[in-house]
Amino acid sequence: MIRQPANMIIGSILLIFIGGMALLALIWTPYDPAAIKLVARLKPPSPDYWLGTDEFGRDVVSRLMAGASQSMIVAVLTVALAITVGTITGLIAGYTRGLVDRILMVFSDALLAFPGTLLALGLMVISGPNKYGIILALGIAYSPSVLRVVRASVLSAREREYVEASRVIGNSEAATMFFHVLPNCIAPIVVLATSMFGWVVLAESGLSFLGLGVPPPAPTWGNMLSAARTYIEKAPWLGLAPGICISMTLLGINLLGDALRDRFDPRMEQR
Amino acid sequence: MHALSKYIAKRLLWTLPTLLIVAVMVFFLVRMIPGDPAQLILGDGASPEEVASLRTDLGLDQPVPVQFVYWLGNVIQGDLGQSISNGAAVLPLMLDRFQVSATIVLVAVGLATLIAIPAGLIAAWRQNDHVDIAVVAVSTLLMSVPSFWLGLVLLLAFGLKLGWLPVVGFVPFTENPWTAITYVILPVVTLMLIEVGVLTRMMRASAIEILRLEYVMHARAKGLSERKVLLRHVLPNAFAPTWTMIGLVLGGLLGGIAVLETVFTLPGLGRLLVDAIFARDYPVVQGCLLFTAVIYVIVNLIVDLCYPLFDPRVTAS
Repeated sequence: MIRQPANMIIGSILLIFIGGMALLALIWTPYDPAAIKLVARLKPPSPDYWLGTDEFGRDVVSRLMAGASQSMIVAVLTVALAITVGTITGLIAGYTRGLVDRILMVFSDALLAFPGTLLALGLMVISGPNKYGIILALGIAYSPSVLRVVRASVLSAREREYVEASRVIGNSEAATMFFHVLPNCIAPIVVLATSMFGWVVLAESGLSFLGLGVPPPAPTWGNMLSAARTYIEKAPWLGLAPGICISMTLLGINLLGDALRDRFDPRMEQR
Repeated sequence: MHALSKYIAKRLLWTLPTLLIVAVMVFFLVRMIPGDPAQLILGDGASPEEVASLRTDLGLDQPVPVQFVYWLGNVIQGDLGQSISNGAAVLPLMLDRFQVSATIVLVAVGLATLIAIPAGLIAAWRQNDHVDIAVVAVSTLLMSVPSFWLGLVLLLAFGLKLGWLPVVGFVPFTENPWTAITYVILPVVTLMLIEVGVLTRMMRASAIEILRLEYVMHARAKGLSERKVLLRHVLPNAFAPTWTMIGLVLGGLLGGIAVLETVFTLPGLGRLLVDAIFARDYPVVQGCLLFTAVIYVIVNLIVDLCYPLFDPRVTAS
């Protein structure tokens, strides 16, 4: 058994905690996260409400848990979309080269000429604030980074002997690409997907904080923070909890990302 | 010198198609919003005659490529249209707001760089001992905190609980420099702390790579002091990747600290864009998207042009 580095262990614990919260919220939360109870408005943390209640008397713990599910769903779907689109286009670009490659690269360069969140913001103008709009917008915004990574791996893999060998045996181009070229791209894709997960969580919470993300009453960490801003002096617990959740998620991802990078890229090895 | 000027010329030429594509994307982004562009630009209160006359002005009866060329012509002359909400010309409005964002971003990133370079260098030099672990831990933590939350927490602590600094608002520097500073301290510190995390990690990673190279060993073997090795041999080479990172960070931030501007109610460019999105003020939305993307491209261009100063190998290849 190889000894796991500390960042891998701490990162995994943080993510398992948040992921567990998100999964549990799908079947159970202490209270209904949407239940309005005006007699219990802005209650500080107590044995009944561990992290207090918000301006509508909704339980903060329940809302944090439901928010975790929202964030995780958005992040997983966005990363999946970006990876799928980026991998397919990257494989095509790297493998065919020529004109198709050049056209795809022009598109990806253009998308990369915008800062990621700005592009997402622009696309949100078209779709309006809703969950699927964010997934589509961020998925499109992040796919060019995947395209580049995949294309680079394909370009280096396609010249190798085993790829040549696969062709010589008479495997189809598609099979060669899928079974021999693609596996080479998996390590860099995993590393990229990990950091991307973090970007999406941050971007989604930022957009929701601005009111351009997942719209209320669905709780997300971002729109909880946005609402908490108004009551920050009277009810500081409302502003602290969602931020700690976002930070824990991002810290977990950054630590895990470091650990994966160390493992897949020996040049960056830290110990 | 010949290679250098060739590098510069090539890099400048490459910017043109990028800018053109950016313009195409911004143009079509707003065209993709469901509805008649003239109606969108004039808002719901416009009469059918006004809409019809703007349709002709915008050339909406012309084919789309003609419309684009017409629009681009106006943009190049600095005419980005008028705001629907208040009729102000878009370009001066944006420049005004940009000053606020740019001041905060430049000061914050500048301070962050001054902290990150020595911190990253020392961490790399003491790799794996307690100083390094502490630097990595703190910078990873800083990098993981969302700016709008850190801002909110600092606002709660220093603005509301301690009462040291004003909580909301903004005073232009020209009006009262001292008060102006008290209003921007919190946003600048918030942004600086987060960027310190990113830049320190970058600096440390590139310094570690350089420290492994043979010429560093050679410099040490010559009997140079560690100080001289670090300052003369490691710093200049390790700075190049960090410099690229600074460019990406600056380019991204200059148009996009909307969340931070929201927390501190600052009249910056990011806030202008977000408000315009809510108000369906499409000329302003279009202008802000274009302006921000162009800034991003130009900042990255400047960064690339400065690159040979730190890494002479660039021009050679």
